[in-house]
Amino acid sequence: MALLDVEDLSVTFRQRGKRTVRAVDGVSFSVDAGEVVGLVGESGCGKSVTSLALMGLLPRQPGISVGGKADFDGTDLLRVDRRAMRDIRGRDVAMIFQDPLSSLNPVIPIGRQVTEVLTRHRGLSGDAARKEAADLLDRVGIPDPTRRLKEYPHQLSGGMRQRALIAIAVACQPRLLIADEPTTALDVTIQAQILELLKALVRDSGTALVMITHDLGVVAGMCDTVNVLYAGRVVETARRRPLFAEPRHPYTVGLLNSIPRLDAGRGDKLSPIPGSVRDVLPWADGCAFAPRCDRQVEACVGEPPQLVLTHTDRTYRCVNPVPAVGSAPAVAEPAVEAGPGPAAEAGPESGPVGPVAEVDPVAEEKQSSVPAPREEESA
Amino acid sequence: MTITERARKKAEKLDRLGELSAARDEERGVSLWQEAFRRLRRNPAAIVGTVVLGLFVLVSIVGPMLVPYGPTDTIGIREGLVKSGQGIIPGSSADHWLGFDHQGRDEFSRLIVGARQTLLVGVVSTLIGLAIGALIGGVAGAAAGLGGRWGRWLDTGLMRIVDMLLALPSLLLAVSIAALLGASLTTVMIAVGVVSVPVFARLLRGSMIAQSNSDYVLAATSLGVRRSKIALSHVLPNSLAPVIVQATLTLATAIIEAAALSFLGLGNPDSAVPEWGVMLADAQPYLGIRPALAIYPAVAIIITALGFTLLGEAMREALDPKLRK
Amino acid sequence: MFRFIVRRLLQLIPALFGLSILLFIWLHRLPGGPETAILGERGTPEMRAAIRQNLGLDEPILVQYGRFMKRMLRLDLGASIATKREVTTEFLQRFPGTVELAATAIIIAIAIGIPLGYLAARRRGRLLDHVSVAGSLIGVCIPVFFLAYVLKAIFAENLHLFPSSGRQDPTIEATRITNFFVLDGLMTREWDAAADALWHLVLPGLALASIPLAIIVRITRASVLEVLGEDFVRTAEAKGLTERVVRQRHVLRNAMLPVATTIGLLTGGLLSGAVLTETVFAFSGIGAFIADSISQRDYPVLMGFIMIIAVLFVLVNLLVDLSYSLIDPRVRVR
Repeated sequence: MALLDVEDLSVTFRQRGKRTVRAVDGVSFSVDAGEVVGLVGESGCGKSVTSLALMGLLPRQPGISVGGKADFDGTDLLRVDRRAMRDIRGRDVAMIFQDPLSSLNPVIPIGRQVTEVLTRHRGLSGDAARKEAADLLDRVGIPDPTRRLKEYPHQLSGGMRQRALIAIAVACQPRLLIADEPTTALDVTIQAQILELLKALVRDSGTALVMITHDLGVVAGMCDTVNVLYAGRVVETARRRPLFAEPRHPYTVGLLNSIPRLDAGRGDKLSPIPGSVRDVLPWADGCAFAPRCDRQVEACVGEPPQLVLTHTDRTYRCVNPVPAVGSAPAVAEPAVEAGPGPAAEAGPESGPVGPVAEVDPVAEEKQSSVPAPREEESA
Repeated sequence: MTITERARKKAEKLDRLGELSAARDEERGVSLWQEAFRRLRRNPAAIVGTVVLGLFVLVSIVGPMLVPYGPTDTIGIREGLVKSGQGIIPGSSADHWLGFDHQGRDEFSRLIVGARQTLLVGVVSTLIGLAIGALIGGVAGAAAGLGGRWGRWLDTGLMRIVDMLLALPSLLLAVSIAALLGASLTTVMIAVGVVSVPVFARLLRGSMIAQSNSDYVLAATSLGVRRSKIALSHVLPNSLAPVIVQATLTLATAIIEAAALSFLGLGNPDSAVPEWGVMLADAQPYLGIRPALAIYPAVAIIITALGFTLLGEAMREALDPKLRK
Repeated sequence: MFRFIVRRLLQLIPALFGLSILLFIWLHRLPGGPETAILGERGTPEMRAAIRQNLGLDEPILVQYGRFMKRMLRLDLGASIATKREVTTEFLQRFPGTVELAATAIIIAIAIGIPLGYLAARRRGRLLDHVSVAGSLIGVCIPVFFLAYVLKAIFAENLHLFPSSGRQDPTIEATRITNFFVLDGLMTREWDAAADALWHLVLPGLALASIPLAIIVRITRASVLEVLGEDFVRTAEAKGLTERVVRQRHVLRNAMLPVATTIGLLTGGLLSGAVLTETVFAFSGIGAFIADSISQRDYPVLMGFIMIIAVLFVLVNLLVDLSYSLIDPRVRVR
């Protein structure tokens, strides 16, 4: 049984005078205890909105509606009442945000910002709370934690701030951690350190981590399972290695091909995905990616593509998928080595994404603990 | 280097600069002002403000030609209807919609004719404040942003003077000026105008310094464009938005402050030319008998000031870079 | 911090010096002079000259200024030409009234303005929000003296709920210590005198509070709205903190920064407004006295009062800057 089971999550923004936007349109994925799951996609694909919806942090306004189910250990995070949600947030489910400077309160010392969550959920106060906060800062690698407790966010470096945010998030040993682009605002070298820290924390504490990112390098370095999002829907789900080795959805292929490669000739051009996220078709009218897709066929338009389940641990949403390795020359094959990208190069673990030849999809499948892929009728 | 070569180089530089600013425009989609105007048109507050001001300007232009009675015609006393000494000042009637004032003049006619003077006081005093303030602030801002060490000295000197003006309570300043020049319409306009000088100066200076620190100025400087040209053709135009907003809001306060000066007896002593502030001040002794005489001009002042405030606030919102996108 | 205060106070000296020169030249160039005010239009040229000589106004302006500065350095502001009393005495007698009035107004404005602005922001787009935004827009557009008259007419003259003029009921015999009537009443335990003085402050205080109130509501609302959209508020929510903690520790405290600056800037306008309000309510503060002094060309009073007010104004702004650095650690005072 999965720790978090998100089913058919949808978020709609309805504003007066503007057209209705379905930012998240039937997203389903699941997270096992201790697992690292990636949500990957371009900006605007709905990954951040997904995380805010799970945390119950979307603004409570008429016009913003959330649908679907998010079963967290028996509790539906989308239905639970506000007060109960406040108890869950920070204690069972915690979140790390993208911009550490603006995510910390500028006029309150770091220490207070750590202790207040300890006070709220663990009942610690006074010296006990301060001591625990210092321990936490120490655990996330902030040197001289007792002094740092009294400092304000502007006195810390970017990496330190993100470490402090992480300390706040892990303060109550949550079972699920959601990290929304935790390294995007940081320097490349700092990014690597932070990813390393997150990985160590997850490994040591058994916390499940949902990693939201646009950076395939981060995915390659960290995630067990990857969900690729496009226009508010999951278009492909797979274990990390098979995904990089054998992407089936043309969008995943496109993402992989957009990354510059070291071994490419100097004259070779990158092959970015044409167009932008704005050129989408509503899912109801077919495949949202169709306008940008180079494998577009007639069947792409007219009806929403069903989720296809392969014999391996993989689902994708495409009527004309990229052929699997072995059955036909795969478009993405050479791209795999480039998977880590520039960020992961400096990253802690640029190695794990091996060359294609090493990957044996079947072997990977055997040892995988991915929940049983489900056949799903589209919304 | 030949002259033609130099000219060509210069043209190239300007082209590249043009590209840079064009790139900025493209990023925004449309120009700042077009975008602001589009948002203004959708803002109900801006529409109400514009309608009120449109009516106000219309009345002040054509009003004097349409009124039923002359503003100085003491018709009420001539016809024996008004005896202010005995406390008899009749109110509304079919012939005199708003009744008479204490000197037997038709209140409605005076109110309509008074719009012109009120508009004049507001506009002229704001222009005085704007002109002097923008001059001081513009010089200080250009000097501080682009002028090096001497520029900073000049800026500091100018700002100390402005701060001294700010240190005096505005009404005290206005009263002293009015006392110096004697009570007249010009006095009121100068006094009210001078009070807003430091506001405009500080605003334009701050805005220009902020603009001077932006990337496009750095780009222009690195392309070798002359500093005076950067200040005049790039920094200044981009810094004007808050000043224009402030001018609109100042029009409102100017009308109110002019009324305050009239109330203190420093307004236009020539009651032949009606002005709302003076009418309001003149009505004070008769508050017990006919409070309406004070309420009419007061409401006129409030509505007009509200019109300017609504439009000004809406403009501020429309031009706010934080709200753009 | 200490060096910052000292430097600001040192900066005050040249500013005051410059201000005194400007004021001196300006005042002495005003047409007419104290002799006109004393004699009216009747005096003969000889009598005028005698008075001018008596007051030392016949000497070159530089000599007069030198004499003024010499006295200033001994903190002696001279005596009023009109009342013959020390300027300092006049000031100490009248200024407390104005301060009481201004303080009442700013307290009313803060006590109503900040909660109202906060609520308007939280209920954005609802009725309360619309009402307070409209109210604050109208509030800045009502001439203060007109509002004062309206309040006086309704609540004092018609409903008789409040006194219509003065600072204290003349039938009450109160001991004067500081000339802050409310404070005096409390210090001498003359409770009825204190209550009566407070009672007299309500209407003029409300009238004077109108513009600061409108401004504070608007600034608070805008500021709270901005802070509510900040990432750190989302972080606080993500921690699962209770609504009260999020509101007080995270939203309000940050939202107060611009409000504090605004309140500092309002003090100048408050003095101007006080002059008008005092006139309407025959409230004996400095307002009417300064207006009279201008028309009587009472040079020592004008010079003295304006210099003292300028010093106080600078001090208030210094306090505001200091308090700002207390609420916002990013602002380091240097």
